Amino acid sequence: MVERTVTIMNKAGLHTRPAAAIVKTASRFQADFFIKKGVYEINGKSIIGVMTLAAEQGSSLLLVFTGPDEEQAAAAIVELFERGFGEN
Amino acid sequence: MTDQQPIREEVVIKGVAAAPGIATGPVYLYSKVIPEISARAIAPEEVPMEIERLRTANARAEKELRKVLAFAEQKLGSDSATIFEAQIMILGDTILMGTIERRITDELRNAEYIVSDEISKYKHLMLASTDEYMHERAHDVDDVMNRIIRNIQDQQLYSRLEGTSVIVTETLTPADTVMFSRNQVLGYATDLGGVTSHAALLSRSLKIPAVVGLRHASRMVKTGDTVAIDGYAGTLILNPSPATLVTLTAKASRFRAFEEKLAGIAGLPAETLDHKRIELSSNIEFAEEIEFAKVQGSEGVGLFRTESQLVGRSDYPGEEEQAALSTQVADATFPNPVIFRTFDVGGDKLAPDAHHEENPFLGWRGIRVLLDRPEILLSQLRAILRASARRNVRIMFPMVSSIEEVHRARAYVRQVKEELRAKGIRFDARIKVGVMIEVPAAAMMAEQIAAVSDFLSIGTNDLVQYLMAVDRGNGSVASLYQPFHPAVIRTLHHVIEAAHKKHSWVGVCGEMGGDPLATVLLVGLGVDELSVIPPILPEIKKIIRSIKFKDAQRVANKVLTMTHEKDIRDYLSSIIKNKVPEIPMDE
Repeated sequence: MVERTVTIMNKAGLHTRPAAAIVKTASRFQADFFIKKGVYEINGKSIIGVMTLAAEQGSSLLLVFTGPDEEQAAAAIVELFERGFGEN
Repeated sequence: MTDQQPIREEVVIKGVAAAPGIATGPVYLYSKVIPEISARAIAPEEVPMEIERLRTANARAEKELRKVLAFAEQKLGSDSATIFEAQIMILGDTILMGTIERRITDELRNAEYIVSDEISKYKHLMLASTDEYMHERAHDVDDVMNRIIRNIQDQQLYSRLEGTSVIVTETLTPADTVMFSRNQVLGYATDLGGVTSHAALLSRSLKIPAVVGLRHASRMVKTGDTVAIDGYAGTLILNPSPATLVTLTAKASRFRAFEEKLAGIAGLPAETLDHKRIELSSNIEFAEEIEFAKVQGSEGVGLFRTESQLVGRSDYPGEEEQAALSTQVADATFPNPVIFRTFDVGGDKLAPDAHHEENPFLGWRGIRVLLDRPEILLSQLRAILRASARRNVRIMFPMVSSIEEVHRARAYVRQVKEELRAKGIRFDARIKVGVMIEVPAAAMMAEQIAAVSDFLSIGTNDLVQYLMAVDRGNGSVASLYQPFHPAVIRTLHHVIEAAHKKHSWVGVCGEMGGDPLATVLLVGLGVDELSVIPPILPEIKKIIRSIKFKDAQRVANKVLTMTHEKDIRDYLSSIIKNKVPEIPMDE
């Protein structure tokens, strides 16, 4: 299991486009991927789940990856967050 | 026993005219509420069939959404289309669909019940958020859910409407409007919405009569009822009597004959009999409307509502995107001028980062937002200035209430000019920058504001609401919203006089500018321009061409002595009947 903490960098937060980018990227890997925000946990490969997160700029999320390619999956997803989904 | 229906009483419901025309026919009540989703037990051997029903429904829903998406991209632009892309992704959400299929198998319940139960969980989470944006996403999720369920239930889908009907519904989403418009729709009637809603705009360009803002109409009719909608008067008539139908038919043909006659004046100037020229331009929200406005004889765009770029999105568009649109609009209007009003968000208008306000009309809106968020104003000004190289572009600031605001906003214009100059980008160095007069404080200060502006344009909708202290959306006081109140007319007179004293051009871009009853008065008060919605333009031009400026001035002077709203309306109505008898007025 790999855990990473990320902060939402882009102004508009996790709206539809970033949510879609996360799901698309996560789906390329075998590893299970969950996003935790406080007590709330959703499957990071589910667009409807990620859309529900309502994560605004500045909020931080815990990303949890479990599976054979967990390291690569974590790197790819963290990069998305760090680039602010190319929106800044 | 006979099958004869009892004669049902005629009911007239008053709304807002959104697209002209008269339509009579059977109602198709389009309801967002999916009837009766009850849990039904299924046998284990029925599970594969139930899952097959779900998958078929899902595939059909996706096919529908792809059609909507393609049409939306073409009609509304790629940003509005994002909503539908997200909905398609939800249909393809393997985690969600896997959960639903597993629950059908485990719980042995019918597919529509599980779909509704599972997707509603997410919807409720979104609705629990305090973020307005999340509430909108909840509607999208709801829309997808209903689309799947409708397909599971094999209900006759609205987009496969048989025959022709009048669509009656609570509200129309962009998706609905797009789908309906591909069918034989006689007319639209909606409970909610204003003249600038998507449904209203689309029906105007498709020439389908529409009435919006009918409050509870969708709860008063059912599919198959006979209704008439009057897109001139803004009424829905349930169970119209034979006498009403005769009247409406006569009215429709009178208007049609008049419209045909008007087609001939599109190329003629808006000029009084004694040769006083009035600029007659149009209020535009989407670039696609400009062609229609030109056909109607519009001389330019007196108000381009830039907020249309914000529809269905969660952030402000970037400079490049805005520059592309501004250039498209400026080119489509060239050589005539176009006035871009900077984002007027807040009040009843959407803002990507809106927050709840107790009293939004007296809150953070228009120029107040832009001066607090200069990065938004600067990128918009850059985009507009970049479109100005051909010198037919003007800028206008909304919701101004003081001179300081004008100075501050103009300083940003200067800053952007310097930036563009430094970068060697071409623009109109003498671009005209004006102010919208819609706050009473600005009206009182019109002379001083005119002294520091290139032009003024009076936004009568807000001016009347603020002057009269009436929210016209509030049924209890809506009748006190009176554009012909003597106080309103005195204010218009004051603003026009003040502008002219400073040799400033002054126009009217509110709804009053497009009200045939107001035309003689406004011309007589001395306006230089009227900016109106394109469908009404030929009628306003006809009135201008039928009067003498001298007489219009006399009318205006007489009105300025009157003290009662009703007397003013009656007087202006008698003037129209006398001077332009062919204008079909609403009684």
